[in-house]
Amino acid sequence: MPEQFLWTIEVFLNGLMAGVLYALVALGFVLIYKASGIFNFAQGVMALFAAMTLYGVMNGQVPFAHLINAVFGTEIHYFGWNLPAILSIVLTMVVMILLAWLVQRYIFRYLVGQEPIILFMATIGLAYFLEGVGDLMWGSDIKTLDVGLPQGINLWIDETTFNFFGYGFFIDNLDIVASIVAALLVAGLVIFAQYTKQGRAMRAVADDHQAALSVGVSLNFIWILVWSLAGFVALVAGIMWGAKSGVQFSLSLIALKALPVLMLGGFTSIPGAIVGGLIIGVGEKLFEFLIGAPYLGGATENWFAYMLALLFLVFRPQGLFGEKIIERV
Amino acid sequence: MLDQSEGYTTADGRKIGGVVMEMRNITLRFGGVEAIKDISFDIREGEIRAIIGPNGAGKSSMLNVISGFYVPQEGEVWYKGAPRPSMKPYQVARQGIARTFQNIALFEGMSVLDNVMTGRLTKMKTGLWRQALWKGAAESEETANREVAEKIIDFLEIQAIRKTPVSRLPYGLKKRVELARALAAEPSLLLLDEPMAGMNVEEKEDMSRFILDVNDEFGTTIALIEHDMGVVMDLSDRVVVMDYGKKIGDGTPDEVRNNQAVIDAYLGVSHD
Repeated sequence: MPEQFLWTIEVFLNGLMAGVLYALVALGFVLIYKASGIFNFAQGVMALFAAMTLYGVMNGQVPFAHLINAVFGTEIHYFGWNLPAILSIVLTMVVMILLAWLVQRYIFRYLVGQEPIILFMATIGLAYFLEGVGDLMWGSDIKTLDVGLPQGINLWIDETTFNFFGYGFFIDNLDIVASIVAALLVAGLVIFAQYTKQGRAMRAVADDHQAALSVGVSLNFIWILVWSLAGFVALVAGIMWGAKSGVQFSLSLIALKALPVLMLGGFTSIPGAIVGGLIIGVGEKLFEFLIGAPYLGGATENWFAYMLALLFLVFRPQGLFGEKIIERV
Repeated sequence: MLDQSEGYTTADGRKIGGVVMEMRNITLRFGGVEAIKDISFDIREGEIRAIIGPNGAGKSSMLNVISGFYVPQEGEVWYKGAPRPSMKPYQVARQGIARTFQNIALFEGMSVLDNVMTGRLTKMKTGLWRQALWKGAAESEETANREVAEKIIDFLEIQAIRKTPVSRLPYGLKKRVELARALAAEPSLLLLDEPMAGMNVEEKEDMSRFILDVNDEFGTTIALIEHDMGVVMDLSDRVVVMDYGKKIGDGTPDEVRNNQAVIDAYLGVSHD
């Protein structure tokens, strides 16, 4: 059944591409978790917020336009300019760094040394707050984010595979770009964490606050740095997802898909987030194609990832790459 | 102010230099509790200075004041001949004051070598981009830092466990790794918080030897806290004795040993 086999390969490849996008979101979680032990529930909303801000900046939207109009009875909506994508991305990054600073300055600075569950609750609060602020700033309508990334079927792959196998693979250009960007991002982050002074300081803070202070590391600086990095990763994820399925509230729910990715990859491993994302992406697409659609009535993609995560929790709770949990009694 | 050039010669013939750090009338309160009451003393260049006292005397609090973890309500900390403004612990570390902790604060997830290398963080100057790209200055700087780290690892005889994750090491070795990390910063002042706590006799002897060797080889000024009198008397050049937050004695081990207030504090005295 060569045709069935070729389809399977196509599904596999598409799964890989989808996995890359999951991995992008999971990366943001891992970064913050590694450096501060905080499980950042707001990561998905940060991606949404970043995408909204980018759209708003690009199209010259007036922030808080609805609020201003409601209070002052004015009718302003746009500044009337359109900024180039690159400049908008830089400006959005500035906003994300500012957000990182605010989050550290007004929330987590007061929660140093608290139980993980308290920090986690704080991020839930942050998620709702940011969602509300995002809506208020940029409006809650669905937006199409177009930063000029190539989209649609890659004709070259389609043609080449058609000439070769007699069946053209459908691979989205956007997915290819996302994969390349994710690869660069991960390479960058790993180099940063392993080889730079700030990266080493980041790992030190993640491990022991007191010890980090005693070797001259400023906790405050490192935390702002980490939240900024997470903001940057959120921005990248926001751009990719926003281009794929529009900037809308459901974007923040992809954060939930990152949870099984983290269970697989381990909460503390950057490569783990990538591999976990790929496994989930490929796994759910293949499962749907080979078992779900023919035998289970379809729509298995909704729950497959969570089931896989559950199995991992039972048999290997630290994930594939996570630090082994050893309790000395 | 004390004359900076003034110094003294120890019984074993080592030259001790001017004042590196001086505590002037330090008072530290936690709410209504006075942990340190109006204490003054100095630490001189090249000496091993001990702070001793019974449990709860305020020794650790004093060390935390020196290293910036606590800020005293009254008094001044003079460092290298100038009063030190109120500082965060990481800023104190950047000024060349390294420390170890009573309950060991190591980076458990990292190897021994990585732990020692974090001690070099204050010495790394090259910019982020050059470090990430591993070029030129960054490369030679990394090599130089690595050399210092390896030298200290050799010196403290922990070569065999260089690549071992710290979490797997026994207590005594962890203490030694912590000392190595502090030394890696090439500190002007090294603070040791109970370096011998929880050790058996053999480990204590090893640690004493390393402390003496470090002082001898690198000329490092060391201030240490210990409540094991015997160890302290053999090790240190001058001793400050604290009890209930007050200074009750200050001088050479012999002077302190014969000080009536010190004897009372350690052996107890009848209040009739």
